[in-house]
Amino acid sequence: MNSKITSAAEALTEVRDGALVAFNFWGPGTPLHLLHTLKEQGVKDLTVCTNNYILRADVLKEQGATDPAILLPQTKKIIVAFSSIEQDDASASAEIARRVQEGTLEIENVSHGLFIERLHAGAMRLGGIYSPIGIGTGLEEGREKRIINGVEYTFQEPITPDLGLVHAAKADKLGNLVYHGTARAANPIIAMASRYTVAEVFEIVEPGELDPDSIVTPGIFVDRVVPIHTDNAYSKERRVERTMNLIKYRLQKMAEAEAAQGGKA
Amino acid sequence: MKDKLTEELVAMRAAKELVPGDYCNLGIGIPLNCAAYAPEGVMLQSENGVLGYGPTYDRESLDENKEHVDWDVVDAGMRYLVHVPGMCFFDMLTSFAMIRSGRMISILGGLQVCEKGDASIHSMSESDIASKIGGSMDLAWGARRLIVTMTHCSKDGSPKIVRKLTMPVTTRKRVNLIVTDLAVIEVTANGLVLKEVAPGWTPKEIQEQTEATLTVARDVREIEF
Repeated sequence: MNSKITSAAEALTEVRDGALVAFNFWGPGTPLHLLHTLKEQGVKDLTVCTNNYILRADVLKEQGATDPAILLPQTKKIIVAFSSIEQDDASASAEIARRVQEGTLEIENVSHGLFIERLHAGAMRLGGIYSPIGIGTGLEEGREKRIINGVEYTFQEPITPDLGLVHAAKADKLGNLVYHGTARAANPIIAMASRYTVAEVFEIVEPGELDPDSIVTPGIFVDRVVPIHTDNAYSKERRVERTMNLIKYRLQKMAEAEAAQGGKA
Repeated sequence: MKDKLTEELVAMRAAKELVPGDYCNLGIGIPLNCAAYAPEGVMLQSENGVLGYGPTYDRESLDENKEHVDWDVVDAGMRYLVHVPGMCFFDMLTSFAMIRSGRMISILGGLQVCEKGDASIHSMSESDIASKIGGSMDLAWGARRLIVTMTHCSKDGSPKIVRKLTMPVTTRKRVNLIVTDLAVIEVTANGLVLKEVAPGWTPKEIQEQTEATLTVARDVREIEF
């Protein structure tokens, strides 16, 4: 039987400069191991398509938090619905502002709904869709408008990533995936939309062990499966400690900010 | 200066709009506080892919509960959720089909609302390049009923209920009800109707804090919780 199981480095060797890469960035369900491996591969001029682009302070990164900005030097365009930055670090934000100014970085703002339906349109290999979201807002600028049955829409291009990075709870050797909790999010749609999909998973089982009724992403959409080993920084085993460290750090920062405010008053 | 309502009281008043059987998405800020006051039987949705959630672990208690916490179960604002019966998980496409379906009530925060029911809900990030639109445009467009909760005026005292938006538009003509720390205002085809006032405030005083013109409802009364 052909196995799709491999290492992250091997799974990503074929990625080319200029690729359109999509991934879910929303708490659990973020393919952190694959993101770090992609950074190490050193591919350039990426277009990054993600639901959220949350920049983290360096100190948080040291504690194991990651953010899509690790790919920033390799990125020429970002398609994103929600961006935010930790208050105590403005360096990545300043870098983004500078590069947009000088024209080496482009940002395309979408909504979460537009993000997911454009990927879905990509998955269905459609020529595009008419969406009601963004009418009367800054998002309609430069877009074709159309009224259908009395409702106003704008034309939206599909997103068909060259590379989809997904995170799932379990896979079998055929690439069938199951998810857990809200770690599902955009992962199944990214898997279907992408021309080449790599899934990182906490656990790998034999074919037949996953309940066929519970498989969300059928293996046909998954080209490579990468196990996250227990000694990996992003393993399930090390997650609790990593998360608790981040939360403690945030609580401490909040307490400091409160104390500072109290001092002023 | 008379007292304005606390965020907690604003949330309490907004939550009174919900009845058992309603499906509801709560935005970040004041709306999140509505969860504590929503009647039993209201199904809360979070756009990252959960419906029917209940209590959350507060950050302070996570450490002592770390054996019980499911680290894969969070809401859109990254609060860890307690497993409750009837809760379900789904992908983002299913989630936004719910959000666009007109089956849900959205309670969102606001930066500005105008007399036509346009709202500015999302802000721009610090560098003013990338937006924080998130799900706000979808939630506002697709809601059966859109309730905006916010302070009546911004920190510098300028009115947030205006004739015309000056901030980035999130949605046009979708707001049904505005609940602030001073008033409850309904958006109608004939403009804004002042329905309820905070205890101790007169309709005239509330108009003075509002740029848009308010019509005072015949049965205007004090906010009850």
